[in-house]
Amino acid sequence: MPTIASAAHALGDVTASDSMLRRFLHGLPGVDAVGLEARAASLGTRSIKTTAKAYAIDLAISMVDLTTLEGADTPGKVRALGAKAVHPDPTDRTTPTTAAVCVYPDMVAVAKEAVAGSGVKVASVATAFPAGRAALDVKLADVRDAVAAGADEIDMVIDRGAFLAGHYMKVYDEIVAVKEASGAARLKVIFETGELSTYDNIRRASWLGMLAGADFIKTSTGKVAVNATPANTLLMLEAVRDFRAQTGIQVGVKPAGGIRTTKDAIKFLVLVNETAGEDWLDNHWFRFGASSLLNDLLMQRQKLATGRYSGPDYVTVD
Amino acid sequence: MASAFEYAPAPESRSVVDIAPSYGLFIDGEFTEAADGKVFKTVSPSTEEVLSEVAQAGTEDVDRAVKAARKAFEKWSALPGSERAKYLFRIARIIQERSRELAVLETLDNGKPIKETRDADLPLVAAHFFYYAGWADKLDHAGFGANPRPLGVAGQVIPWNFPLLMLAWKIAPALATGNTVVLKPAETTPLSALFFADICRQAGLPKGVVNILPGYGDTGAALVEHPDVNKVAFTGSTAVGKAIARQVAGTSKKVTLELGGKGANIVFDDAPIDQAVEGVVSGIFFNQGQVCCAGSRLLVQESIQDELLDSLKRRLSTLRLGDPLDKNTDIGAINSAEQLSRITSLVEQGEAEGAERWSPACELPSSGYWFAPTLFTNVTQAHTIARDEIFGPVLSVLTFRTPDEAVAKANNSQYGLSAGIWTEKGSRILAVASKLRAGVIWSNTFNKFDPTSPFGGYKESGFGREGGRHGLEAYLDV
Amino acid sequence: MSEKSEKIERLSVFKTYKLYVGGKFPRSESGRVYEVTDSKSNWLANAPLASRKDARDAVVAARKAFGGWSGATAYNRGQILYRIAEMLEGRKDQFVREVADAEGLSKSKAAAVVDAAIDRWVWYAGWTDKIAQVVGGGNPVAGPFFNLSTPEPTGVVVVLAPQESSFLGLVSVIAPVIATGNTAIVVASEKSPLPALSLGEVLATSDLPGGVVNVLSGRTAEIAAPLAAHQDVNAIDLAGADDVLAKELEIAAADNLKRVLRPQPVDYSATPGIERLTAFLETKTVWHPTGSLGASGSSY
Repeated sequence: MPTIASAAHALGDVTASDSMLRRFLHGLPGVDAVGLEARAASLGTRSIKTTAKAYAIDLAISMVDLTTLEGADTPGKVRALGAKAVHPDPTDRTTPTTAAVCVYPDMVAVAKEAVAGSGVKVASVATAFPAGRAALDVKLADVRDAVAAGADEIDMVIDRGAFLAGHYMKVYDEIVAVKEASGAARLKVIFETGELSTYDNIRRASWLGMLAGADFIKTSTGKVAVNATPANTLLMLEAVRDFRAQTGIQVGVKPAGGIRTTKDAIKFLVLVNETAGEDWLDNHWFRFGASSLLNDLLMQRQKLATGRYSGPDYVTVD
Repeated sequence: MASAFEYAPAPESRSVVDIAPSYGLFIDGEFTEAADGKVFKTVSPSTEEVLSEVAQAGTEDVDRAVKAARKAFEKWSALPGSERAKYLFRIARIIQERSRELAVLETLDNGKPIKETRDADLPLVAAHFFYYAGWADKLDHAGFGANPRPLGVAGQVIPWNFPLLMLAWKIAPALATGNTVVLKPAETTPLSALFFADICRQAGLPKGVVNILPGYGDTGAALVEHPDVNKVAFTGSTAVGKAIARQVAGTSKKVTLELGGKGANIVFDDAPIDQAVEGVVSGIFFNQGQVCCAGSRLLVQESIQDELLDSLKRRLSTLRLGDPLDKNTDIGAINSAEQLSRITSLVEQGEAEGAERWSPACELPSSGYWFAPTLFTNVTQAHTIARDEIFGPVLSVLTFRTPDEAVAKANNSQYGLSAGIWTEKGSRILAVASKLRAGVIWSNTFNKFDPTSPFGGYKESGFGREGGRHGLEAYLDV
Repeated sequence: MSEKSEKIERLSVFKTYKLYVGGKFPRSESGRVYEVTDSKSNWLANAPLASRKDARDAVVAARKAFGGWSGATAYNRGQILYRIAEMLEGRKDQFVREVADAEGLSKSKAAAVVDAAIDRWVWYAGWTDKIAQVVGGGNPVAGPFFNLSTPEPTGVVVVLAPQESSFLGLVSVIAPVIATGNTAIVVASEKSPLPALSLGEVLATSDLPGGVVNVLSGRTAEIAAPLAAHQDVNAIDLAGADDVLAKELEIAAADNLKRVLRPQPVDYSATPGIERLTAFLETKTVWHPTGSLGASGSSY
């Protein structure tokens, strides 16, 4: 497996200094917004039917990071979530489990217990989620806390303020530090694309995150107005595709926030399939950060199995 | 593309369109047989299935149609513009209502993917009628002086690549300005024009205002030559365009010609690469490359040639070729056996002249007319495939070193219809665009069409403009 | 011997009329001339009888000049057209004489024609930087794109000058062609080429780059045939052709799809419309995506 050091080698040590990093990121090809969105829209017209749809629904279920990130989260709520992740559809045991549950650090231990033995991972947002406005020490403590509680995956947020101020090295160093603090846990780096605002920024952030050792790049916290969109996810899929081509390192992608329907989820899978390719069609490399999406996937799954439309009373409330 | 995620067939339902076993000519508001009783068959290029048998107009029929149009002209041109407008609005609306049916029909008769007829052809057809409808009562304000007069009877000959859209480009401005028309659709794609005749009837359009004469080249020539035709509008090959220009010499017939092209798609090293790749792909593979404004020459800056070609090849490998009615099909059938053999022979010539041919792994259906997306590298200006219009899914890749060289190579063509520029540098776009000798320049995009925007060529790509305010001029005595 | 002082009338200096090609004044490559007479058949001068080769040279000169002239600012072209009017004003007497001779007009009528011709240059001088605004503009595209249609010169234009109106007609067909940035090869009135050849001298001293206007004299049909068929000519104004010649030339012009302006009755004394300006313009539409400021939108 290629390492971060080899990535740096392949790219000529672009992270050696702030100015070199800046030059590299600003030297990435620009993004034409209209063209990008048109491509995403065009892929959105793919018609996924019958067997392909069944495959896509199960794949999508298996890619869900079933998420609760509320101030009002309680152990009871998290246990219920864990149970649902393990058995999304109690009436049909052939339903795949979700990829993970995603909770705040203080709920990791509860979640871990709830999914024990199922293969479902526990992901935890850390680094002063969602704003990320805290001292580095505090963020790292947050991360260590989650890891110590058993988190398999850490979802960190980048310092958007530093990014927008042009302090790329600061963002980079912070990701590297969090990566180190995460230990064996896989690191998802959230850019909060809605705040980075431009596609050029999203492409730069993607490369910055990958150079710093991200295992996943993730669009959003789900806490701002604009979260995952087909276009920004397409752009990030292009980034991981190109990064692997240049460094040999494969990085995952996680759109999060705003994906609520099966139709939407399938569109994202089409983006994966036709952009990064089938190597990413696996929950090790692609995730959906979502909560209500799962029930829609389950209802659609039931519809495919029975031929009749399901209703909300036939899936479990979260 | 071998993937775990295989898309199941998603065919659009053929039952939305009811194709009759035979069709007549549409003259003076009635479907009628050809005077000499001749008919020809129209086939589905993707299966070679015969779709219908269509009356073939001869000289006598042309004369009858022109007479009907002449008779109708008097009243039609005297109608208040606001009334003509309402007829056109009606037509636009009926097209919108029947767009699914027409999309399927067009896909069957032409072979192009339903994705394109549904998302490009039909919406543009309706938009074109809607746009020109609004002009009918505003001609005084169009910049041609007060009360500009129509020309009379327009003889219009259209190609097979966008049958209904080309019909719209011809008929909408002609009717808006008060002309009446006799239109000849291409012999391989007569059906949508005949369905349009039915739409005219549904709209209550007065008899004789629109006449449709299916037929071959000789029908078109008879129409162009008819002494009582005042206006000739032709879209098609440059060779036929030249013949028409000779035919009308010494007459008072006003002519507009939309002919061939060999569009250069210029990609600079600072281009938005992923979008450029998409633009190059849609530039040459949209409608199987059977587009006069196709970006059939890729001019890539030498410094990024490898990177761009890798991306392009990867992207081509994801194109889905097959049943045009499948909603996931990107590449449909070639329109006819004749066109297929023309493409094949030019591609063979490209190989014979030493260019390097590449196609993605791609299984072609066993019946019908098919050609795999093809890319040629090691092409120079001297190669036939860099000069002649192939009118198929074949891209010739050439390189350049500097903007000057890019412009010189782009302009080094008998044609001048379209060009593309890909760069993130605004001043370069403006500088290059101003130097390119072509009628439509797409910067950081390609193959975009809009009824408000004039379209047409420089040099041997023809003359006159279709679309927009400019498109009115072709049908007015100004 | 006594000397008788006899008053000798001064012998005037004749002008040798020459072609105007590429900013220079060559004799015809053929070395041939033809007699030009006034309306009463009195000999006026020998005019060069331009050959196919002169026509070919003129095309080369016009093509060479096209890049610079079409690339000049419209303001600059306007200034130069106005300069032509200024130069003509200073040489008015000469043109009045030549026009009077050529067209059999009284001096006062010829003066009116020359005045009108000068004013016509002024009229077109003002058009250079306005025509794009009149016939071009932005188009409201239904989508995230901006596009702009602008007129551009067609290229190298052959102009068969009117046979009768040797100066006002001549100016009326040249000025609109070059006002928009085209370059021209002008075939002078066959019968009355002298005002056209003299105009070349004015153009040469008006800051007009060499090759923008090239003036040939001779047999219209002979010179026009190779020009109409020339593959590096983009357009032809048939004003000076009769119906038979016009048809032949239009057929020849189809070989490379030249833009053809057919002969039509024109009252050159009336204010022209913009028809002659737009006849040799192409419309170029340039597109660019616009899109939103940020990546906040979703495609669907």
